[in-house]
Amino acid sequence: MSKLLTWIDDRFPLTKLWEEQWGKYVAPKNFNFWYYFGSLAAFVLVIQIVSGIFLTMNYKPDATKAFESVEYIMRDVPWGWLIRYIHSTGASAFFIVVYLHMFRGLLYGSYRKPRELLWIFGVLIYLCLMGEAFMGYLLPWGQMSYWGAQVIINLFSAIPYVGKDLAVWIRGDYVISDVTLNRFFAFHVIALPLVLIGLVVAHLMALHEVGSNNPDGVDVKHQPKDPRTGIPLDGIYSHPYYSIKDIVGVIFFLFIFSIVVFFLPEMGGYFLEANNFIPANSLKTPAHIAPVWYFTPYYSILRAVPPMFDSQFPGVACMGIAVLAFFALPWIDKGAVKSIRYRGWWFKIPLAIFVVTFVILGWLGTMPTDALGKLGDLEIATLLARIFTILYFLWFLLMPWYTKRDKTKPEPERVTG
Amino acid sequence: MSNPTTVDVKRRRFLVNATAAVGGIGGVVAAVPFVLSMQPSERAKAAGAPIEVDISKLEPGQKLDVEWRGKPVWIIDRTKAMMESLASFDDKVADPKSKIDQQPAYAKNEARSRPVRPEVLVLVGICTHLGCSPMFKPEVSLTSEGFYCPCHGSKFDYAGRVFKGVPAPINLEVPPYKYLANNTKIVIGDDSGA
Repeated sequence: MSKLLTWIDDRFPLTKLWEEQWGKYVAPKNFNFWYYFGSLAAFVLVIQIVSGIFLTMNYKPDATKAFESVEYIMRDVPWGWLIRYIHSTGASAFFIVVYLHMFRGLLYGSYRKPRELLWIFGVLIYLCLMGEAFMGYLLPWGQMSYWGAQVIINLFSAIPYVGKDLAVWIRGDYVISDVTLNRFFAFHVIALPLVLIGLVVAHLMALHEVGSNNPDGVDVKHQPKDPRTGIPLDGIYSHPYYSIKDIVGVIFFLFIFSIVVFFLPEMGGYFLEANNFIPANSLKTPAHIAPVWYFTPYYSILRAVPPMFDSQFPGVACMGIAVLAFFALPWIDKGAVKSIRYRGWWFKIPLAIFVVTFVILGWLGTMPTDALGKLGDLEIATLLARIFTILYFLWFLLMPWYTKRDKTKPEPERVTG
Repeated sequence: MSNPTTVDVKRRRFLVNATAAVGGIGGVVAAVPFVLSMQPSERAKAAGAPIEVDISKLEPGQKLDVEWRGKPVWIIDRTKAMMESLASFDDKVADPKSKIDQQPAYAKNEARSRPVRPEVLVLVGICTHLGCSPMFKPEVSLTSEGFYCPCHGSKFDYAGRVFKGVPAPINLEVPPYKYLANNTKIVIGDDSGA
């Protein structure tokens, strides 16, 4: 065995790659609960790729057959129902894990220098995931697939001057049709997954280059080395220590994931929407169109912004900026320290408000705008969405100011356990 | 042969840049057919051809749904009450004079229809907010609207004019259309020679 490894290593840097990227990668020893979600995201990616490959074996990207082929997978393909539910639950699980992973970054300032590029790769992964989720959602060709795509593609036609032609180009037709379905299939199963995997590799390489952040924000990579082990004082090898920890995370994740897949695959209409069990019909709009839960915060922002200058473009632009604003974090956070443990109330309270804002916007985005009744002439849900949209943007806009005036405690030299 | 120990850096940089520029142009040009292949195909364009609809049996107050370019198109023979309601909505709608280009020139009037049969309304049944299909409300009252979009609550009057303070920014679209056969047939998607 070791002879074979030597033979390979002389021809391909197998051991070198393994040791650099994981085996001998020194990570801070104080990772906590929040550090499960990176490896879990990678795990979910594998689940999605494997289940996706098996779905394509029976799925037909054809407007006359797509809906039927999904039902065929559900009813006639041996274990097809399981593979499809794994894939549909995996999509929501991906976003849950990624949102928690991003929140970890906010807690401990993991986007701060020198990890800006690492963060940028991460946000790009997030954007790519949104594209995957959106295009994948069209494939079952249900009512919600169709009308959800209708709403999103029409966002592009709101762009001044080029919008209408751009939307026709994206659809490949004057309406969403077989052409659109076919090309979304190509993007969903080939183009975006390739980009996604490339970005994940870049994300990991950047991480292993700069070294992991940790709950104390201590720069472990540049600590003095422990004379006994020859690695930084507060570092441990990823393998076997974090390999074991991450496996515990995976097992716990699989418990919950299995419960959802077997008992709650529709999750009360949040993971699979009821209207999507009706085949797409271009002449009949469902009474209430809502995107899947992971898009609803942005959808709320879109609906909250009133049309200006006879155009809905401002709403579309606000929605886009709401996502892209995450790119700016490494530069607008002027705090003296990285980690929330050593930051003051001027960081903690805005972060708490932001999290509440994101959740409430998400909740508002799942329901019709008239769901909460009216206050005079204005719908209460719209009013709330406007207030929280403003809070959402204020969190970003005021960040340079409040992080600067925040009273921080000095970060320690060593991690605190 | 120049002396192998001295390198003409300027010349080398020029050659590298020139090669990169030509290669880059080649790459962009090679992308053109791929980008253009995503435009509507000949088949999709043919499916977008004009359609002919017989409206001789359309009664006042009735709405006929037809499909043109995959979009729902409504043909409504408006009742007297509907037509009379239009003036009362003038101060409640955002664009009462149809200033925004959402209709052919011949439909730029209060009824938003061809003057030859003003009561017949032809509309693309897609909300100008985000492309849902609004619902027709045939019972006329002073407070009610003609069309209501269930997606985001936009409202339109009996000429497809959008009310103020709703998500939809502009009036519903009137497609190009013309009459044939003594005004009992409508061609949607073509208004040449009419």
